[in-house]
Amino acid sequence: MKRVNAVVVGAGAAGGIVAKELSTAGLSVVLLERGKWYTANDCRKDDLRNQRTTVLGNAFGPDDEGNPRVLWDPKTGPRILLPSEGGYQNNAACVGGGTLSYGAMAWRYMPQDFRMRSIYGAPAGSSLEDWPITYNDLEPWYEKAEYEIGISGDYSGSPFFGPRRRSLPMPPLPPNREFQILEPAAKRLGLHPFHIPMARNSVPYNGRGPCMRCRWCVGFACEVDAKNGSQNTVIPTALATGNCELRTECMAKEILTDDRGRARGVAYYDAHGHLQEQLSDIVIVSACAIESARLFLNSKSRLFPNGLGNRYDQVGRNLQGHHYTGAVGFFDFDTYDDLGPGASIAVADYNHGTPGLCGGGMLANEFIRLPIQMIDRMPGNTPRWGLAHKKAMRNFYKRNIAVMGPTQPIPSADARVTLDPTVRDKWGMPVARISGNVHPHTFEIGFVQAQRSEAWLKEAGALSTLVNAGRPTTVSAGQHQAGTCRMGNDPHGSVVNRNCQVHDVDNVFVIDGSVHVTNGGFNPALTIMAIAYFASDSLVRNWKGTGFRS
Amino acid sequence: MAAGTMGGVALAVGCTAHNHGSWDFLNDVQARTLAAICDQIVPADDFPGASQAGVLTYIDRQLARHYRRYRNNYRDGLEQADAISRKRFGRDLAELPTQQQFELVSDLSQQNPGFFNLVRSHTLEGYYGAPRHGGNREAVSWRMLGMDEPPLLGRAQFDLRKGPAS
Repeated sequence: MKRVNAVVVGAGAAGGIVAKELSTAGLSVVLLERGKWYTANDCRKDDLRNQRTTVLGNAFGPDDEGNPRVLWDPKTGPRILLPSEGGYQNNAACVGGGTLSYGAMAWRYMPQDFRMRSIYGAPAGSSLEDWPITYNDLEPWYEKAEYEIGISGDYSGSPFFGPRRRSLPMPPLPPNREFQILEPAAKRLGLHPFHIPMARNSVPYNGRGPCMRCRWCVGFACEVDAKNGSQNTVIPTALATGNCELRTECMAKEILTDDRGRARGVAYYDAHGHLQEQLSDIVIVSACAIESARLFLNSKSRLFPNGLGNRYDQVGRNLQGHHYTGAVGFFDFDTYDDLGPGASIAVADYNHGTPGLCGGGMLANEFIRLPIQMIDRMPGNTPRWGLAHKKAMRNFYKRNIAVMGPTQPIPSADARVTLDPTVRDKWGMPVARISGNVHPHTFEIGFVQAQRSEAWLKEAGALSTLVNAGRPTTVSAGQHQAGTCRMGNDPHGSVVNRNCQVHDVDNVFVIDGSVHVTNGGFNPALTIMAIAYFASDSLVRNWKGTGFRS
Repeated sequence: MAAGTMGGVALAVGCTAHNHGSWDFLNDVQARTLAAICDQIVPADDFPGASQAGVLTYIDRQLARHYRRYRNNYRDGLEQADAISRKRFGRDLAELPTQQQFELVSDLSQQNPGFFNLVRSHTLEGYYGAPRHGGNREAVSWRMLGMDEPPLLGRAQFDLRKGPAS
């Protein structure tokens, strides 16, 4: 196989961008993806089998066959889980990764989100740190992501975000009924509601049409290809350069190193299960927080007996996602207008600045609900089955609004990915074992956020509410997973430097949510994309200088 | 795609077979007992109950496919439900009048919550989920909830020149 300049492992939010940036700069790139390439035609409108409701399996990978993980739940002990089971912490395995089927909220983090330790101090037992980069470092790359991927929305109602040079390239979709109900209520409470930024065309953009506002949105591929992910933006651009080859259904086995401790390529299993070696000058790992960590831990050699980049036992630590809390309000008038994507309005008043709390998070109305998602979301006194349950479904399906939000997690070094000593996947590789939890202060913040959600709904006229503020016993790190190869200046406390370069292997990079030091009080996709542009830029500039030939 | 194709086959040749009491996994006794439990979880009123809406077809199909891992739960659980019924009322669950079935399913939810919760989840999936899997026949639950059915279809109806739908 021909040697190339770069192998990128994972064609998701970050990997697609890295492949595009490197290939347009003239580097030869092989982009490895363990899953398949689905298109708009694969929107199956199956509300029991998608990436959000997975009772009959994941629509966009991984398959339930041969891809287990082990979850250490203090309540039940270790459990071997299928990808379609909740505790597995799945994102997706396909070209586009999570961005094929996500809800597509596309947030900028706030300047404070990069300086959490300086602002709040680290709660005892936490691993709260500042990022080695600031909002200002990322701002141009946020903008690039917003324009290249295509973001609609309008932040102008909120004074809490960092400065920006350009507004979003597309206006928001027209408000749905939930927006119209929640907006005046928020204003009466003194809050600053605004239109959620979304990677979704509200007008024709990038050669594709706008959202048709169907109900098959979060968890589904977009039937009219109006939802913007890496699979319909940067990856086609990368392939069009002629410098990038995408290989699907290829599962990375390990990063190969030479006897000087530098990477020389990637070993992977191809679609037929044959072991292949792709040699390269540099290796970029963009496999999402859990699988990226697993790949490093599985890349053992004489010089790296505990896994590549893991000299100081940092790989896999600080696993985090988002702890979601909120409330459902029940109304005596119709709130549902069957207009996707449903999520439309947010407030960011509560992300920072509450005395006694180390941060907070945004609150937004929930994505459009399919009936199956309502069955356990009934007023508190509703029986779980029988005629009363059926009648409640009928009464409240169109008369409820859910408000919730991602609490910015306070990370803990004990929340981590390790290799399970016994369980193997279908290729015979040790699987990820997930253990520990984020710092408990996270749940205190989440509880307050749920009360704030309830207050907003009551102000909007909810007659009763159902408050969701659990205290999970395991980390919640599915689609928002992050943190396992955090960036930092100190090799003893981080895995990569500010340019996403592994501290002690200068031609290996981690570019995905793994490098997040903290995960913001927002969906992380746009930040993952901005970091991918930022890191690709420094990578390309270094390439032109030295070619990483030492 | 595979599931869709299989569904099509079942629709073409399976429908009449089902009327003759032939299932992919369940036997007739199990099916009768399960139908009684499902119809307590989603009873008929102005709109069909669970079994009438095809929930048994949904569960049976999945027990032969994605829910193979729950086969023993169903075998043992349904047997236990009938055993409780015979002990308390002297007859199988399916032969009881509705009120006694309700009491018995309440008992079952206390005595074997693991099995009951499994059947509850699967029943509600079958009743409120996508009709393609054999339940929610003719999208009956969606129409009960007042959703437009069939839903908006993009490829057929969307006209790019009109701009965003509002």
